[in-house]
Amino acid sequence: MDKTPKIKKEPLIKLSKREDLDRQQRYLYRALAIIAALLVDGIIITALVHMNPLDIYGTMFMGAFGTSRKVMVTLKELAVLLVISIALTPAFKMKFWNLGGEGQVLMGAWATAACMLYLGGRLPTGILIPVMFIAAIAAGAIWAMIPAIFKAKWGTNETLFTLMMNYVAIQLISYFIIKWEVPKGSGHVGIINQTGKEGWLPYIGTNSYLLVIGFVLLVTIVMHIYLNYSKHGYEVSVVGESPRTASYVGIKVDRVIVRTLVLSGALCGFAGWMMVSGTDHTITTSLAGGNGFTGIMVAWLAQFNVLVMSLCALLIVVLGQGAGEIATSFGLNEAFGDILTGVILFFIIGVEFFINYRIHVRKSGKEEA
Amino acid sequence: MFSLVSFIPRAILQGMPLLFGCVGETLSEKAGSLNLGIPGVMYVGAMCGVIGAFLYEQGTEGQVVPFLAVMIPFLSCLAGALLMGLLFSFLTVTLRANQNVTGLAMTTFGIGFGNFFGGSLMKLTGSAVPSIALSATSNCFRKSLPFANDLGWFGKVFLSYGFMTYLAVAIAIAAGFILAKTRIGLQLRAVGENPATADAAGIDVNKYKYFAICIGCMIAGLGGLFYVMDYANGVWSNDAFGDRGWLAIALVIFTLWKPNIAIFGSILFGGLFILNLYIPGAGMATKELWKMLPYLVTIIVLVVTSMRRKREHQPPESLGLPYFREDR
Repeated sequence: MDKTPKIKKEPLIKLSKREDLDRQQRYLYRALAIIAALLVDGIIITALVHMNPLDIYGTMFMGAFGTSRKVMVTLKELAVLLVISIALTPAFKMKFWNLGGEGQVLMGAWATAACMLYLGGRLPTGILIPVMFIAAIAAGAIWAMIPAIFKAKWGTNETLFTLMMNYVAIQLISYFIIKWEVPKGSGHVGIINQTGKEGWLPYIGTNSYLLVIGFVLLVTIVMHIYLNYSKHGYEVSVVGESPRTASYVGIKVDRVIVRTLVLSGALCGFAGWMMVSGTDHTITTSLAGGNGFTGIMVAWLAQFNVLVMSLCALLIVVLGQGAGEIATSFGLNEAFGDILTGVILFFIIGVEFFINYRIHVRKSGKEEA
Repeated sequence: MFSLVSFIPRAILQGMPLLFGCVGETLSEKAGSLNLGIPGVMYVGAMCGVIGAFLYEQGTEGQVVPFLAVMIPFLSCLAGALLMGLLFSFLTVTLRANQNVTGLAMTTFGIGFGNFFGGSLMKLTGSAVPSIALSATSNCFRKSLPFANDLGWFGKVFLSYGFMTYLAVAIAIAAGFILAKTRIGLQLRAVGENPATADAAGIDVNKYKYFAICIGCMIAGLGGLFYVMDYANGVWSNDAFGDRGWLAIALVIFTLWKPNIAIFGSILFGGLFILNLYIPGAGMATKELWKMLPYLVTIIVLVVTSMRRKREHQPPESLGLPYFREDR
């Protein structure tokens, strides 16, 4: 540890980096932060709806898991948030701020919907679904590749570039929604291929969500292996630690950047495909529903560990569903969930400081070791 | 027919919320803090103003005193935005959290805050009104000079606005002057370019960051207030503010971090935003494509500046990075 040079007046509070916490202690800190955040959320709810604080958590839990249908909806929301978080992870591990998840998901959804509309009925479903799949991941990949190429070649700021790409995508989708709207003038595409179900993912039993949830599980495991046990995954983390080191050891940094972003965008496109073909069967500009942004926070907070990421995503989804339940039963607006999620996020963001730094408070007259 | 005299005032009205947001974000970015919470801050600012005005109008049953009708929303807006600014600075400066993640969390929270109270304020206060329409307050905000209409096109283009439009321009000019010409501005830019050097030169890095972020948030919050009270005639509808917060961040890049240019930039963006209404023969669908323009233009500026690598056109050197003295 570096020692600060002794000065006459020692500041009241001194900070130093700490690396003494083991894994379990780190998670303990985070768990404490979440509990504290839930308490604050409880206070907010009590203040607004005068509900018995203990009932709040019960109601929220029932809102997320109360009936088997609610469980499925919660799992579906979880699947969507998780797959987007996982899609963004390789880019973040490389310290490439892909804020364009929202747009990449939309482009994947757009490609899927286009295939369903133009090719539905002309191709047998067995061919149509793979075509949609390929179109969707290509669309997502291209959308992510554009900023990546500029970043690799000219160092163009990716945070702002990917952010802007979202709104280009949203306007493009708005254009096509009006082109495709049914009935004309409604501003909605409606359920695509409702009668023939061309291009719809098959149900497992009577459940339309199970297959999608299975896909996400698979993607989660594959990504875990890719990041931790493959050469690509290793290169990604070296570039993330220091691009200079990476080029010294012979990694072609610009190629890794573009390749990783293609992967990230393709997975976002996959998420779009999953939603249009598997669960929603329609396309709107709010299809991604802010998950492109929430996914960033989930991926970051989990520090790229996919298991923790699943738990993080679960927490946020359950909270959202629970808050929705409280909001409906009191006739309040459902944006309530965003406020509660925000509070949780602030606490989790804040607790990292106490994990990474040790605080020395000056003791009167005595020298702090 | 397209008439410039009617187009310019509309572009200006569209542009002013962006100008407030852009100047606020510029201050924060000049101090090295990329605040992606600005869209949230603008929602919170707007909503706090609405809550203040709503309670005041309910209390007086529409018989408002103009001075109070302006000051109450104005101050509650500033207070709400300041709290958001303090939150961002506490998390990113004191606790050294990642700025992007913190900013996005603030945007989630802020938009949620705006929409929640926008949808629930009547219910929570037990008021009988069907929607939030603060026309009495809005009239005070929109009061323009009495003789503006007698001056023909000149009055219409330059004098037909409420006081906040002029305030926005004044703030932008002041911010531009402070950043470029004063010692405070120089030190602020030093913090954003290289905090370690600034620290060595005896500048209190954290203090500058705190002030830049908080003042920036307060200015941005006013953009939200302008939108509800002036542009939208005091009517709050959820999500109506839309993506203007992100557009304000785009404008910062477009104007190359210069508040003076932002005055014209915001009017240009405002114009681009409504240009689709003036394209002859454009159908509903094509209009949506025209709305892409501000974002495409921003991307082009971003790409071109990164290719040309002119020093004075680059983002602040340490933008987005936390500063920890002991790290050096």
